[in-house]
Amino acid sequence: MSTESPQQSVRYGMVIDLDKCTGCGNCAVACHMENNVPFRTDESDKSRNMAWLRIYKVKNGAEYPHARVAYIPRPCMQCDRHTPCVSVCPASATNYDKSTGLVDQINTRCIGCRYCMAACPYMVRCFNWWDPAWPADAEKYLNPDVAPRMRGVVEKCTFCSHRYIQAKNRARQEGRNYLEKGDYIPACVEACPVEAMHFGDLNDPEYEVAHLIKSPRAFRLLERLHTEPKVYYLSSHEWVRRWADNDAVNTQSAYSQQRQGVES
Amino acid sequence: MSSQTDMPTLQRCSAPKFLLWLSFWVLLLLWGAYGAFLCLYKGLNQTGMNNYFVFGVWITVDLAIIALGAGAFFSGFLFYVLRFNFLKELIGAAVVVGFICYSGAIGMLTIDIGQPLRGYFSFWHANVHSMLTEVIFCITLYLFVLTIEFVPLITENRRIREMPFLRHLGENLHGIMVVFALVGTFLSFFHQGSLGGMFGTLFARPFSYRTGVAIWPWTFFLFILSAIAAGPALTTLVVWATQKITRRRLVNRPTLSRLAKLSAILLVIYLVLKAADTIYWANFTAPEMGFRFTDFYKSPYGMWLLFGEFYLFGLVPAIILLIPRARDNDFWLVIGCLFTCMGIVLNRFSFTIQTLAVPVMPFEKFVVYSPTWQEWSIVAAVISYGVILFSLAYRYLHLFPREAELNG
Repeated sequence: MSTESPQQSVRYGMVIDLDKCTGCGNCAVACHMENNVPFRTDESDKSRNMAWLRIYKVKNGAEYPHARVAYIPRPCMQCDRHTPCVSVCPASATNYDKSTGLVDQINTRCIGCRYCMAACPYMVRCFNWWDPAWPADAEKYLNPDVAPRMRGVVEKCTFCSHRYIQAKNRARQEGRNYLEKGDYIPACVEACPVEAMHFGDLNDPEYEVAHLIKSPRAFRLLERLHTEPKVYYLSSHEWVRRWADNDAVNTQSAYSQQRQGVES
Repeated sequence: MSSQTDMPTLQRCSAPKFLLWLSFWVLLLLWGAYGAFLCLYKGLNQTGMNNYFVFGVWITVDLAIIALGAGAFFSGFLFYVLRFNFLKELIGAAVVVGFICYSGAIGMLTIDIGQPLRGYFSFWHANVHSMLTEVIFCITLYLFVLTIEFVPLITENRRIREMPFLRHLGENLHGIMVVFALVGTFLSFFHQGSLGGMFGTLFARPFSYRTGVAIWPWTFFLFILSAIAAGPALTTLVVWATQKITRRRLVNRPTLSRLAKLSAILLVIYLVLKAADTIYWANFTAPEMGFRFTDFYKSPYGMWLLFGEFYLFGLVPAIILLIPRARDNDFWLVIGCLFTCMGIVLNRFSFTIQTLAVPVMPFEKFVVYSPTWQEWSIVAAVISYGVILFSLAYRYLHLFPREAELNG
């Protein structure tokens, strides 16, 4: 269960280029479809809806012509260091895979105590407040590789871990005991029309992500909490980077900056 | 907890009067049962909780009644282990109050989890790294201990004593009660602490996260201390209220004053340490995580919460109960104990609700939670259950050993 800074060979991670992201929402739709994420007829109550990947629209608060907008897609951050949700779960229903760094959810073991949701600072986890229900025709399109979750359990983005299992199975059938680049890609990355999302092994220089995370544009959400997310963002805008880290004390408050309309 | 062989006949109100008293509480209990049915049948969408407020009024009340139920283990420890003999007059009542608090909390938790039938998974698939695992193990085991401590009280009932096996069981259990008092102290120490640890270890929630010693954050120790300060205050209140309602003297008046004094001394120690903890957290821990102290207090969860916890429901009752003339006066004794209990409720409210209200993500907003009637009904049901059980215990058991003598 220990998740202390593993030095494993494979660490799957994601890089999202916010300068490219148009906020089209394709990644979120693909995620919903791929993972059988339930929805309700009335989705206006965002505090109770299910979204493994949520897109935040952030503004710098400045007036025209300095007004700027950024879209921040937020999947599970797949925290690497003492993963907050893994360490708190009393029933070991959240799992950190040391061989890949994937943080997965064992839905059939979840007791629905929601302590993991309190522990997660990224609001990644959703609780099934209702029984999942799809329109009759939509049931035909459910993904048979992902079990729908029942009422009363918590669910979250798994980096499409079922795709990882499928990729491993395929590799085994081909006589390989390793995955090649491109064998395993989450649905959101695959669906992005502007290729703003990149995925791969952060430790393997063969993958683009291993280089992108070293970019001066790279940052992570709430870095000072030291959860060591494996989701990185790229942005050339200082106000976005500063905002993403709640930098309210050591630098000028992100909120007050927003009010003052500062665009760096 | 007396082991006398000849139990005195105690005067109790008439059966119709008692049933009338119970009927109000039974109605409340039924209301709560309906609320519980809706939550279990239709799901937790019946509550005001959401993906922000994953804990609501139930967890607040759970934490509060577990803290207030600490009177049982602490009184047991003082009486059986440290030989504070004045507590003999009310140790039975303290055990019953503790039993009510813990069984009520576990009942409420069962409704609170999304999959109640999987509740045993936390034993079966226990994650030893989770503070909640420790809480679940300890409160369950401690409820067993409280049940064992309750048994000798039940076997003192005149009808039950006519059955030799049960009489001997009760007397034998009474003889080894010191062992259970010690086990109860050990278990309570850890689960009271772990409840604090549950929030103190949330290193990604800057409002509740605390540094500490080894694996234990400071909240671990503060929760223990606040519980043993508030527990005796609730015991004092319950005994006082029972005396008023039944119009009988149940314990010597100085006993209540001594218990209240003990509560006040512990409360002062707690407040000093809590102040030190808050100052360090506000000046070092929170800023290191990118938060200013003032970021945590927004309407309606404003600075009044901290003020209320420290001054109105902290320092004020501590001062009242430390003054001999004040605690010897019934009005001030009740105000002091009531405020002490309310301070603990407010503290647990802050750790539960305010922790979740403060946005950690920069793109999120400060959110507000309001419980639904279903949630309130279950809270009311737990209180009703407590009143009913204590009323039955008072009527049919010998909770106060000196009652006959004091009303002679």
